[in-house]
Amino acid sequence: MIAFILQRLGLLLPTFFGVTLIAFSLIHLIPGDPIQILLGERGIDPARHAQLMVEFGLDKPLWQQYLRYVGQVIQGNLGASLVTREPVLHEFLTLFPATVELAVAAILFAILIGLPLGVVAAVKHGAWFDHTVMGLSLVGYSMPIFWWALLLILLFSVKLGWLPVSGRIAVQFWVEPVTGFLLLDTLLARDFEAFRSALRHLLLPALALGTIPLAVIARMTRSAMLEVIREDYIRVARAKGLPPWRVIAVHALRNALIPVVTVIGLQVGVLLAGAILTETIFAWPGVGKWLIDSVQRRDYPAVQGGILLLAGIVMLVNLLVDLLYGLINPRIRHAR
Amino acid sequence: MKLPPLFPIPAGSGPPQEPLAPAGPPPEFWRLFGANRGAVIGLGIIGLMLTLALTAPWLAPHPPAEQYRNALLLPPAWLAGGSWRFLLGTDDVGRDILSRLMVGASISLSIGCLVVSFSLVVGATLGLIAGFLRGVVESLIMRLMDVMLALPSLLLAIAIVAVLGPGLVNAMVAIAIVVLPHYVRLTRAAVITETTKDYVIASRIVGAGLMRQMFINVLPNCMAPLLVQATLGFSAAILDTAALGFLGLGAQPPTPEWGTMLADARQFIQRAWWVVTFPGLAILLTVLAFNLMGDGLRDAMDPRLKQ
Repeated sequence: MIAFILQRLGLLLPTFFGVTLIAFSLIHLIPGDPIQILLGERGIDPARHAQLMVEFGLDKPLWQQYLRYVGQVIQGNLGASLVTREPVLHEFLTLFPATVELAVAAILFAILIGLPLGVVAAVKHGAWFDHTVMGLSLVGYSMPIFWWALLLILLFSVKLGWLPVSGRIAVQFWVEPVTGFLLLDTLLARDFEAFRSALRHLLLPALALGTIPLAVIARMTRSAMLEVIREDYIRVARAKGLPPWRVIAVHALRNALIPVVTVIGLQVGVLLAGAILTETIFAWPGVGKWLIDSVQRRDYPAVQGGILLLAGIVMLVNLLVDLLYGLINPRIRHAR
Repeated sequence: MKLPPLFPIPAGSGPPQEPLAPAGPPPEFWRLFGANRGAVIGLGIIGLMLTLALTAPWLAPHPPAEQYRNALLLPPAWLAGGSWRFLLGTDDVGRDILSRLMVGASISLSIGCLVVSFSLVVGATLGLIAGFLRGVVESLIMRLMDVMLALPSLLLAIAIVAVLGPGLVNAMVAIAIVVLPHYVRLTRAAVITETTKDYVIASRIVGAGLMRQMFINVLPNCMAPLLVQATLGFSAAILDTAALGFLGLGAQPPTPEWGTMLADARQFIQRAWWVVTFPGLAILLTVLAFNLMGDGLRDAMDPRLKQ
């Protein structure tokens, strides 16, 4: 197991350098003077310009600049936003809980609905229920989620008036940020009205963001279950006279879960990419919306830092999923 | 990595060149493809979209940028207040939605075509190089692809657009680059399996050069998974360009690209559901059609992947 962990960590290293290289080249590939790009100021006095060039290390050869950049990244220095003058890392960390809250709600929704749907579809293999679920999941998989989000707003907010259109909580509530997760913070403050408001704001974005993972999870669960159901130990369990639900829920599902867990882990990238769209539509104050705003404001240090951090998070989660997978499925550890 | 021929064969000798009938697409393929109802429906929708796109210059009832100032936000024809002049209604500056959707179809399909051809050609070439040359070159290419795969595609596309600046062409370039790793990995895997086969060794012995091995002997035998990926790549390309357009980083207004149309229409969601509904429906149908067809192709071409 230790060798497996070390091997996976070793694979992480080139990816880390690759991602930092991409983020590093971002500033240098943008046409224009790097000082102007980094400071967002025009017409800087030439003497000051030269001084800044030295200060930022831009007078050095590119490879030295890159090493310097990697060194700064490792120390958590990602530069300052041009708009707010705040450190990029700080801005990211303040907004990140909102994105996590949304993503967790979305994946919970996807698992809670997708897993049972996939199981039942596999049990009813070939019946109309199976066909409906598979058809719907293909539609869900093909869904442009930015449009799907608009349709949800159209139905639940505009037509029915049940749920709010945007934001994280109604404006009249102020909650002391402790964890950054509004659902937890409102509960900690025992402000149940605010909790209700936060929950109502969360529903639509989570639904929109969870749709594609839901479709993927339902499909994956179904095919994994179909494979497992054919195994001999299932026949044995049936032959022993176990109640059918027990055979399905305990014997089949547990073994079918291995590939499903992997797929769920791989949805993190999908969720973060989807969060960029979902947050923009619902004005959800998370890192996705912040990244798009930064691109549009040409706030390049923020864009650079945001891409690096998001990529780092996806990499770390993928690593965790891999390690977890090695833990539940020993065959993987020894395969390579 | 060219081996010297063991027995130099003088030109003109060798086995007689019998014109063997090349094995055409097996009838098996069409039988399997036709049996997949979803794939046939997908093909049908794609055919319809293609027809609409190609005939848009003649059949579209109005020019896509023409603004009818006396017909702002008109509902579709079958609703109260609608007019048969504007079948699917008009948008906030009085442009005919149907005409814009038809022109949008040609934009989206061209995007799909260009992105897929670029990524197919570049990806397959890189994959062939990695599979044939092995060693350092292979490691370099594959590690680069791993890095690209580690990033969510939309994020990488946004990074590329941030460098190149927003616009339809830049969005397409970004998406074509982002999807490369899939083609490279598929090609490399297929090449590595193929190069151990007898026909490749045989042709190396008779002196086939590297280029001939790569593009004439091996590549055609790697095409099945690549074609499936290319079909699915159409849907990814259309979806991602629309997403970038929606974020304001892709096609810029007034281009009638579907995602850009949706972005424009967002603010009218309270008053005019049709400006939001139809462009998205067009995206969904097209993406769904390519996904359906891709699944059907995979089942028909590669029976091993069938369950």
